[in-house]
Amino acid sequence: MAFAAFSPSAAKATGSQAKSSSRVVLALLLPGMLYLGMFFLIPLVSLIITSLETPSATGAFGMYDYAFDVSSYIDVTTRYLPQILRSFGYAFLATFFALVISYPLAYFIGVRLRPRPLIQKLTLTLVIAPFFISFLLRTIAWKQLLSDDSAVLNFLRSIHLWGEHQYFLGTPAAVVWGLTYNFIPFMTLPLYTSLERLDLRLLEAASDLYANPLATFRKVTLPLTLPGVISGTLLTFIPITGDYVNASRDFLGSSKTSMIGNMVEADFLQNADYPAASALSAVLMAVILVLVGVYVKRTGTEDLL
Amino acid sequence: MAKEFVAAGADLELKGIRKEFPGFTAIENLDLHIPAGEFFALLGPSGCGKTTTLRIVAGLEEPTSGQVLIGGQDVTFDKPHERPVNTVFQSYALFPHMTILENVAFGLRRRKTEEPLKKAMDALNLVELGHVAERRPQQLSGGQQQRVALARALVNRPSLLLLDEPLGALDLKLRRQMQIELKAIQMEVGLTFLHVTHDQEEAMDMADTVAVMNKGQIEQMGAPESLYERPKTAFVAKFLGQSNLFVGTVADSSANSLSIEVAGNKISVPKDRAEKHSGKIAIGVRPEKAEFHRTAPKPSANLNVLGPGEIKDIRFTGVSNQYLIDIPNVGNVIVFAQNVGVSPVVELGEKVWVSFKVEHAFGLQDLPSGNED
Repeated sequence: MAFAAFSPSAAKATGSQAKSSSRVVLALLLPGMLYLGMFFLIPLVSLIITSLETPSATGAFGMYDYAFDVSSYIDVTTRYLPQILRSFGYAFLATFFALVISYPLAYFIGVRLRPRPLIQKLTLTLVIAPFFISFLLRTIAWKQLLSDDSAVLNFLRSIHLWGEHQYFLGTPAAVVWGLTYNFIPFMTLPLYTSLERLDLRLLEAASDLYANPLATFRKVTLPLTLPGVISGTLLTFIPITGDYVNASRDFLGSSKTSMIGNMVEADFLQNADYPAASALSAVLMAVILVLVGVYVKRTGTEDLL
Repeated sequence: MAKEFVAAGADLELKGIRKEFPGFTAIENLDLHIPAGEFFALLGPSGCGKTTTLRIVAGLEEPTSGQVLIGGQDVTFDKPHERPVNTVFQSYALFPHMTILENVAFGLRRRKTEEPLKKAMDALNLVELGHVAERRPQQLSGGQQQRVALARALVNRPSLLLLDEPLGALDLKLRRQMQIELKAIQMEVGLTFLHVTHDQEEAMDMADTVAVMNKGQIEQMGAPESLYERPKTAFVAKFLGQSNLFVGTVADSSANSLSIEVAGNKISVPKDRAEKHSGKIAIGVRPEKAEFHRTAPKPSANLNVLGPGEIKDIRFTGVSNQYLIDIPNVGNVIVFAQNVGVSPVVELGEKVWVSFKVEHAFGLQDLPSGNED
């Protein structure tokens, strides 16, 4: 392409080539655009419209009229404030734990196992392996493992690490535990991709320049793998805030641990309060957008490489 | 933290270093002493163990056995960041997420030196790159990156500076220029330089002492001139410049010279220039020390004459012509003749005799490969 600058005829040729290639690009993009339009844009607009509806004048249960009524927003942000705060609190904690667990794991697989490609690939498969079993089944399995008279708790009680009448299921800790567990692969994989590409010669250069292992990690390894950390945390934080399985009473939570997702589910499926459910979803989306925007800006990913 | 930082170079001593990797031995029993302030070159083909030696000195590899002493202190088990050593890596290994200035200041910051940025800037100015201080490594050319890598190592004033083929990726002109600059900087700062290279010209040009390494061992060590004048093994004779080698059994021995017979030609060497005085030996001569003649030269006690042979190839290289002469039963002999208009003008296929002075011959302690028995 750079050579084109030297000859006008070559420039013309690349110009027309660019035109035909942009047509190909457009054709290739079309299915994706249609898909996004049908299954993302239209539902999004519909969601916003629903959130602004007002109860039907006839007073019939579950019937709403088109309007521009923002009262649902005021209603949900006051009524569900504990759930909103809880959702983000749990998401912060679970993302943090997933990062702390995944980084060493991804480092081990992506850096230490480099000389053994076969074992590296096998270990990576083990990280993805839980996906072969349904998310719901795995969460139910945790429910059994952590239930009040489970072998695990009984063992902990027998060595006096766990109180006689203390339970674990239904506590915030159980929910964060489940969230962390379920989202670890989403954290590990992007971290692995970053660490697998890490140029180890740079680490050698850092240690040659008097950086001890901790300084090497802080000044070289971490900044160079920051893109992986950012995509990993986004891939876990965003879905966790909207998760409604782990916190649900049927799984690891209780009524005291319900998150935004559980409230949306209840309003939509049980209370038939569609405007409230939609408004809550919109609020969730807006808060996530703001948080993610600030996060990406603050970590300065655009400054990397 | 590194134990000791001095403004002057320190000496390096390697005692009985051996390094085994799974499946092969990279270094076998290496002993080496580099005096403080010297420019020392480790020269050898790829895979000879020279880079492994360098990495052991830097602390990036641990020797299987042996000791590393820097300035008299045993650092064998010190981690790289604890050694008063800096390396200019072959790949430069500049940090892509930092500016050039921050790259150079990295070592200073780690050691909590005062005014790291000012010192880094001075170092950048020394390599004439002050104007790119705020750029990123990937925005610089190979030659510039190389100089940044040099500044990043030099700014720490290490007792010992290790250079791992740092000029390998540069083009010839830049390479020449960097060689001169590097040598000037070394003289200016007075540090001990250990330079690893496979480029014999570079090693001879820059180093005070050259050690030629082969198969994990040092074959020969000495000043560049003495290595070139008196190679002791066939490997050194062939790797450091070019050589014509003749193999034969010692047939005649006098008080100060001995001679072998090769296909009816008597080739003599002074005894004090021969490593081995009996049995089957190899005698060599450098191509520029040999001459060729159209008529058979008169044999004398201080002239070795071979021939007649046939000119097989003539290559013009600018300052000299290289002639390949095939002498029956002896093999190919290379002769360099300077283009100053004194050598005879010959054509391909012409019949010529080759001669060289006995005092220019050297006797090796081993035989070139293919002649062992």
